[in-house]
Amino acid sequence: MIDFGFYLTPSSTIDLDKVDRKAVDDLARADSGIRTCIACGSCTASCTAGVFADTSVRQAILSVLNGRNEKARELLSSCMLCGKCMMVCPRGINTRHLILSIQKYFDGQ
Amino acid sequence: MIYEGKQKIWSDYQKEIPDDHYYYVRSCIRQTFFPASEGALLKITRGILGRDVFENEHHTTCGGIAYHTDTIPHETVMTIVARQFALMHKHGYENYVCSCITSFGIYIETLETWRNFPELEAKIAENLKKTCNLEFAKPKFVVHTSDLIYKLREEIASKAKYKLVNVKTGQPLKVVEHIGCHYSKMFPSKGVGGAEYPYVLAGMVEAWGGEIVDYPERRHCCGFGFRQYLIKANRGYSLSNTHKKFESMEPYEPDFIITNCPGCAYFMDRWQYVIAESQGKTYGENGRGIPVLTYEEVAGLVLGFNPWDLGLQTHQVYVEPLLDKLGIPYEPAKKFLGAKGQDLGCPALPTCLKV
Repeated sequence: MIDFGFYLTPSSTIDLDKVDRKAVDDLARADSGIRTCIACGSCTASCTAGVFADTSVRQAILSVLNGRNEKARELLSSCMLCGKCMMVCPRGINTRHLILSIQKYFDGQ
Repeated sequence: MIYEGKQKIWSDYQKEIPDDHYYYVRSCIRQTFFPASEGALLKITRGILGRDVFENEHHTTCGGIAYHTDTIPHETVMTIVARQFALMHKHGYENYVCSCITSFGIYIETLETWRNFPELEAKIAENLKKTCNLEFAKPKFVVHTSDLIYKLREEIASKAKYKLVNVKTGQPLKVVEHIGCHYSKMFPSKGVGGAEYPYVLAGMVEAWGGEIVDYPERRHCCGFGFRQYLIKANRGYSLSNTHKKFESMEPYEPDFIITNCPGCAYFMDRWQYVIAESQGKTYGENGRGIPVLTYEEVAGLVLGFNPWDLGLQTHQVYVEPLLDKLGIPYEPAKKFLGAKGQDLGCPALPTCLKV
């Protein structure tokens, strides 16, 4: 092999056919909000913790949907469960319940 | 679906391409990358189809590479462009045809800038007068040479000696068509089929008997991108773009790739070597790569030109398997002979990419 001094960058493509989506199905049974989220980002915009830490409900839900469970767990680890995101969600998702469900699901694994 | 509505949308995507009388400007990089392509265009348009395509030795670069790498400002580029247009006017032409996609983008961008900012146009006209003492003029039509070949595709098909058909199986060859980003992604109305449905190369391939491959990353950039390859630290990004395209097209088993951009043809050809030698991954049948051809080369092959006169020996991926499929005869011993028959020497062979 030749080293040209430059390399392929890792692909950011997510192949949903190859991703393990068991967590999505399990979580949808605990809280169907994971499927009704439209990723508008209102939750993230209103998040107090998000100002100080890497917290994003929108990104966490997308991460679970894309099979990146560890990332979802990290994104919600600093959530204070204040519930502001629940008040602004245009889809009426009980985000606090969903966040707790995600945390419980992965903590139980 | 409202059929009339679709027809209306499609008509908005069409482009008026004059049939004859062109002022022709060459590309800087094509003459080194694929040196015989531009000559082939003149042989086809002038010699075989009898068109008036005028070339003048005083034209220069369009300044596109320097512009896109932030080396020279837009006003300098516009003055260069104004000089090219002035030379066209001086020789009595009003249809401007350029060989390079980058140049095509530069010309269209300049004309659009002048249309939106007339005061800038006046300033450039003044610059032109001061620096070159030439009369400012604008072309009636600006087309790319692939537009011209597209316009003449049926005439070429009527004179064709070969079709884009596998002579062993009788099936149409599967062709990946790749459009340069600066052809219609910047100004969609200036390209045949716009940015979403560019038909300029697909039209040629279909007219000459081939079959277009529609794959997921069909409209993805080749990765050329000027500063992506000019700076070594960024070349991985360029390489990754090409890699993404090849991974996407691989399952469709294309026989060859046709492009209308100098950078796309070069990088999709050469990066196959780099991917093979650095990753051990090869594409195409038996690890021999997927040949990447310019539209003039394909037109030349269809018209029965000698493959070595078309400069196909300058390609990294060997084209012999494709020539065999097309049933085009070639002499392997003459592959690396110069114009006067002198031996130019065979280049070093790659280890992973088969030849």
